[in-house]
Amino acid sequence: MSSKDSIIEKIRSLKLDQKPLPEIPDFGGATDLVQAFCTSIAENNGEIMSAEDLITKLESGIYPSIFSTDVSFENFSNQALPVDVHSFSKLDLAILKGQFAVAENGAIWLDDADLRLRAIPFITEHLVILVSRDSLVANMHQAYDRLGDQHSGFGLFIAGPSKTADIEQSLVIGAHGAKSLMVVLV
Amino acid sequence: MSHPQEAAEFLKDTAKSKWHDDTLWFIRDKRDKMSKTIPEWEELRELASSIKDNVLGNLADYLEEFERNASKNGIHIHWAKDAEEHNTIVLSILKKKDCTAIVKSKSILTEECHLNPFLEKNGVEVVDTDLGERIVQFLGQPPSHIVLPAIHLKKGEISELFHERLGTEKGNEDPYYLTQAARHHLREKFLAAKVAITGVNFGVAETGEFVVCTNEGNADMGVHLADTHIASMGIEKIIPKRNHLGVFLRLLARSATGQNITNYNSHFRSPENGKEIHIILVDNGRTAQLGRENFRDSLKCIRCGACMNTCPIYRRSGGFSYKSTVPGPIGSILSPGLDLQKHSSLPFASTLCGSCTDVCPVKINIHEQLYLWRQEITKAQGTSIKGLSMKFGNGIFKSPLSYNYSGKIMRMALKNLPKSLIYNPANVWGKQRDLPPVPNESFKEWVKKNRP
Amino acid sequence: MIVFNFKIRLVAIFVFQKDCLTYYSLMENNTKPQIALFIPCYVDQFYPNVAIATLEVLEKLGCQVTYPMNQTCCGQPMANAGFERDTLGTTKHFIETFAAYDYVVCPSGSCVLHVKEHSPKAQGLEKEQEALHNKIFEFTEFLTDILGIEKLEGSFPHRIGYHASCQGQRGLRLSSSSELNEKPFSKAKKLLENLEGLKWVELARTDECCGFGGTFAVSEEALSVQMGKDRLEDHISHQVEILTGGDMSCIMHLQGIAQRQKQSIKFKHIAEILNQILK
Repeated sequence: MSSKDSIIEKIRSLKLDQKPLPEIPDFGGATDLVQAFCTSIAENNGEIMSAEDLITKLESGIYPSIFSTDVSFENFSNQALPVDVHSFSKLDLAILKGQFAVAENGAIWLDDADLRLRAIPFITEHLVILVSRDSLVANMHQAYDRLGDQHSGFGLFIAGPSKTADIEQSLVIGAHGAKSLMVVLV
Repeated sequence: MSHPQEAAEFLKDTAKSKWHDDTLWFIRDKRDKMSKTIPEWEELRELASSIKDNVLGNLADYLEEFERNASKNGIHIHWAKDAEEHNTIVLSILKKKDCTAIVKSKSILTEECHLNPFLEKNGVEVVDTDLGERIVQFLGQPPSHIVLPAIHLKKGEISELFHERLGTEKGNEDPYYLTQAARHHLREKFLAAKVAITGVNFGVAETGEFVVCTNEGNADMGVHLADTHIASMGIEKIIPKRNHLGVFLRLLARSATGQNITNYNSHFRSPENGKEIHIILVDNGRTAQLGRENFRDSLKCIRCGACMNTCPIYRRSGGFSYKSTVPGPIGSILSPGLDLQKHSSLPFASTLCGSCTDVCPVKINIHEQLYLWRQEITKAQGTSIKGLSMKFGNGIFKSPLSYNYSGKIMRMALKNLPKSLIYNPANVWGKQRDLPPVPNESFKEWVKKNRP
Repeated sequence: MIVFNFKIRLVAIFVFQKDCLTYYSLMENNTKPQIALFIPCYVDQFYPNVAIATLEVLEKLGCQVTYPMNQTCCGQPMANAGFERDTLGTTKHFIETFAAYDYVVCPSGSCVLHVKEHSPKAQGLEKEQEALHNKIFEFTEFLTDILGIEKLEGSFPHRIGYHASCQGQRGLRLSSSSELNEKPFSKAKKLLENLEGLKWVELARTDECCGFGGTFAVSEEALSVQMGKDRLEDHISHQVEILTGGDMSCIMHLQGIAQRQKQSIKFKHIAEILNQILK
């Protein structure tokens, strides 16, 4: 008998009582979604930035290599999408567009279509994500309602820059993923 | 050494054990503050608990549904009845890929299966990429906490370690500096690895997708740069529907670290072009636990670690004192199921205060199960000295006459014996505590005189 | 308004909940509810003053109280040590001792919780055992929930630190737990907070365990004592004069440590405080 069969058979032989699945209520949340979202991003050590301020930063040249998937920052993008994402190991900045974001915790959803290559938001040194104000939802329940059964090979919620507190609980921003997250509300 | 001996050893370093206690309490406190910002917090716990109750009652169906959907999406599913089989499957995948160096993100299941030593014995270099796990890996230690692996170490110790292993400046204890050194070191490993192993936080039956939650981004750095992703998943990690993730992701990080969400919540459904994803579904004692009516609910655990942070015993004795892969309160109700003899002192390493049960996001009745394991353990041990004295106690307490008589004798003895006889090494109570003062008469004697 | 035979300086405002109604309906029918006092074995032997205070408080509040002399123990120490199955004799004796009474009141949350949740099923006494589980109360909850006391008046000018014993706290829910997202409440605080001059001191950790834990106190002695020391430090660093609570087991453990460490903090069971202010 295969391991699968023996595991399944063992479970079925227990004939356990079936408990019903609960209904998940419509929990509300903040009324001012933009404010709540901005507060959450700040709590997560991300930075809310205006498009103008971002442009100023980009123009200053502090990010030598930039990859942007968004047309509005096309002019600053000086990297082509590689075949092998390893080529982006020295990428300074990636500018991506999020599909929507969650006010209660700053989580921004992106999938394969938004990322182009899955490693990009992690391998880049710094990260900018553009989020449309109208796309904000209050909480994670609404987020999954919005996602529905949308099928992408990969998707993720990003809520801030990579971080760790593994050294004596001191918060360090910049572990293995992007060292900063700038969010522009458009 | 048993838990009491380990705990006594841990407490000998008063400064360090106090720091350990304060640090974990600080995390418990963050969890409290965060949970109080969610008015529906208790309702969420109830929902999560009910969803998991439903999972346990329908586990076989959900596992088959998960396998069907994941396979449809191009994911390879493997089943392992125990740790050995899990490890063998991992090795066989590595051999097929001709891979002798891998990166691994946090997976307590792979700890449980002792995967690292097995792979190393078979010529595979394993690099644990979570910062805390890499630290304990360098030290040859297991993690002492399932979420905060290096919580027992001070930055001075880590600085010294990194100086030896990574060539950082001697004496530089700055956490940012040390983390950046680890970032550079591990980045090389990420870029070179062809196979990456992760754990699984949640597997969704409805869609065949699975979710991995991290703050560091190490799981993703590993898998998106590698060609093959192996995900080790305990069979109890299943949840029925995608939208249930809304409940669990709202509870997980808040319970674990007091954050509103982990930084990265990666949903894997199908591999990137030309790559492979393998999931290994592992039993290793879970179906046996499922069959134990009193302890079945321990399988609802989502591995948040909140019970460890709140446990006054865990905070003051440290993860290593439990000698079990999963320590603390939840470990003390899981591990006796795996090896009753080895872990028999764990359910007694508790005052049954119940704090763990109140912080558990899926409302496992942890302290109740600790009590119930005690009953099992004494049965399994047969009659011992403790057992005899307890039976003897029942004899006394069954009969008022013998109770009153033995009580009188005891008080007389305590009142009249010299302190040297009372406070001797055999009297464990009296080592650091005074005995209560001995009154002249018991309450019963007072009642006889004053309320005839 | 139901008239009680209570002493001066007592003001009780009654809340008509179902539990209170049961008690008072018995009163109205001229059958005074028969209350049995259940005193934990170690309180009987070592802290008779706490038992006397419990008895006198109930009497001062107009209760008809009897102390059944043939009571022994509830069986908790044995059950918590893993020998619940061996407490059947003790449990049956307990059920029989208290069968004839309308209420059983005990100045210990852990004993009451044990009786309700961890005593083995007594075959042949199922009805009596179920009745017992419904009529047994811890001292403070009896005062607030059954007698319906909303506040007490009197003078007690001291800084009080309340130790929320775990089984009473999270087992009987005598006060809100710091872990839960719930409206704060505390039955003990309700009874004490209006006393003149009383300062209810807020602690750093409001409901952390003292470390007694029954046989844990001896089997994990180092941990038990460290936990006790930490509790004491919390109270002492907040200038608590009198540490009070509802369980003498916790107080016995904390007092033992305080005495050994020559700390001057005082200890009183809440019944002793209430007995002092009720005249």
